[in-house]
Amino acid sequence: MEVPILKQGDYLIATFQAALSDEDLLQLQDALVARVGKFRSRGVIVDVTALDVMDSFAARTLRALAHMVRLRGAETVIVGIQPEVAFAMVQLGLTLEGVATALDLEEALALMNRRTKGMRIRGK
Amino acid sequence: MAKSNKDLENGGFPNTPRGETTASLLRELVAHLRQNRTQLRQEWARRITEAKLLTAMSQDEIFAEATAVYDNYVEALETGTFEALQGYARQLSERIIPRGVETHEVVGIVLLLRDVLARSLFAKYQHDFALLNRILDAYEPAANRIANTVAVGFVQERERTIRQQQEAIRELSTPVLQVRERLLILPIIGVIDPQRSRQLTEQLLRGIRTNRAKVVVIDITGVAAMDSNVANGLVQTVEASRLLGATVIVTGLSPEIAQTLVTIGVDLTKMNTVGDLQGGIEEAERLLGYKVVPLLEPAQTA
Amino acid sequence: MENDIRVPIASDADIVIARQQGRSLAEQLGFSSTDQTIIATAISEVARNIIKFAKRGEIVLSHIARNPTNGIMVVARDQGPGIRDIHLAIQDGYTTGKGLGMGLPGCKRLMDEMEIKSVVGKGTQVTMKKWLP
Repeated sequence: MEVPILKQGDYLIATFQAALSDEDLLQLQDALVARVGKFRSRGVIVDVTALDVMDSFAARTLRALAHMVRLRGAETVIVGIQPEVAFAMVQLGLTLEGVATALDLEEALALMNRRTKGMRIRGK
Repeated sequence: MAKSNKDLENGGFPNTPRGETTASLLRELVAHLRQNRTQLRQEWARRITEAKLLTAMSQDEIFAEATAVYDNYVEALETGTFEALQGYARQLSERIIPRGVETHEVVGIVLLLRDVLARSLFAKYQHDFALLNRILDAYEPAANRIANTVAVGFVQERERTIRQQQEAIRELSTPVLQVRERLLILPIIGVIDPQRSRQLTEQLLRGIRTNRAKVVVIDITGVAAMDSNVANGLVQTVEASRLLGATVIVTGLSPEIAQTLVTIGVDLTKMNTVGDLQGGIEEAERLLGYKVVPLLEPAQTA
Repeated sequence: MENDIRVPIASDADIVIARQQGRSLAEQLGFSSTDQTIIATAISEVARNIIKFAKRGEIVLSHIARNPTNGIMVVARDQGPGIRDIHLAIQDGYTTGKGLGMGLPGCKRLMDEMEIKSVVGKGTQVTMKKWLP
């Protein structure tokens, strides 16, 4: 299952679909890291609005992604975690520590803009 | 069982060999039900009224629903599949539950339909008892399954409605307040059991999404008792809020409660705490204001 | 609904199937949207454990009843290496961050009841239940 990756200026936006397998997640991870390098992107926004379940594998993959992307000089923001998914995640003990989160695309872009202008807000 | 050469023609149907399948019997049955649709539906509607069922509905409404149920019933018999019937039963339940229709009424009318159809079969096949028996053998399991599907569908819908109402009542007793743009306040008062804790978290998270809140102030001044369950619930609420991009400030933390939290193992350095609610709101505004005005202030890290 | 739903687990794609089936059954049983997500998440975790530790197994989903309420039961079984120390496996490492990396303490928090049976060298069976309020 292909995850669409959009390039919007300095940022890459990847939009998750509902049913992503482990294989899909890993492919996405590779694709994003490669593109960050290729386009010298400054930020990656992962939109998980459509994700119905975030389990430990997905959380680990996203954290690894943020780490790899940071090594290439870009920041990652996860947006659109649904209330129910957030609830299940914290019960399971998944906190996505070290990864920035935002409510929606608009917030994410605002956050990115602030960050890449050199101003840090309670960075996580 | 009657000898096969005694099977008589009946009502225009051809001789059916002894080895006829359930499927062909059902086909015959369905044909009969379709042919006599008008009078059977009317008979059924009459008996519904006679039994004083569906009193919440008018005669016309009863007949309209009876028609829909009848057609779905016959279709279920014909296709042997029940998805359409289940779907219809759910929709019907959604319509009639707010009207105050009760479970015994729904079960009652489905059983009445079963009786009306069975009697019509008796009347039709009275001259061939053996064939009648075979028809009934084919009819009864299907009819039972149908009655079950409709009744269970209704009951489930009813239970779902009750749960929704209970949830709504719980929500009303715990307001999440929006006092400024992008700022929510959740005052927690009283006893927090695991269920309430969970309901508060869910409500807050939904509130964050709906109001696009960036800062949440949770005031625990009024919490009756702090134990590990409440503490964990609080930590989870803070963490879940962050996943939605919101910052949480906890206010009303007395020194005693702070001590309790530390003892339980909560890492207070990870939690943003302020003494009282007023202070918390000011801090929240500062956070919100800080984000708007680009200053020469030195960069801050967590 | 009277019948169990069996999902064979042999690849990571099956994890998705198992949790979708679980969500579907939970919805049918009348669980709230949040609970459906919780159940699906727990299923995802135990299904993943099967792949990770045993390579293959199965997940069985069923409707259970205990007067006056109803619930869902998830049984994850495999014939893998088994868990040597079950007590350690379910130890709540929530605040310490320790644990065996099986996500079981988390599943225990998500669901209402959890039971683990395991014999080293023979296999493991994790049974989880969640009840309607």
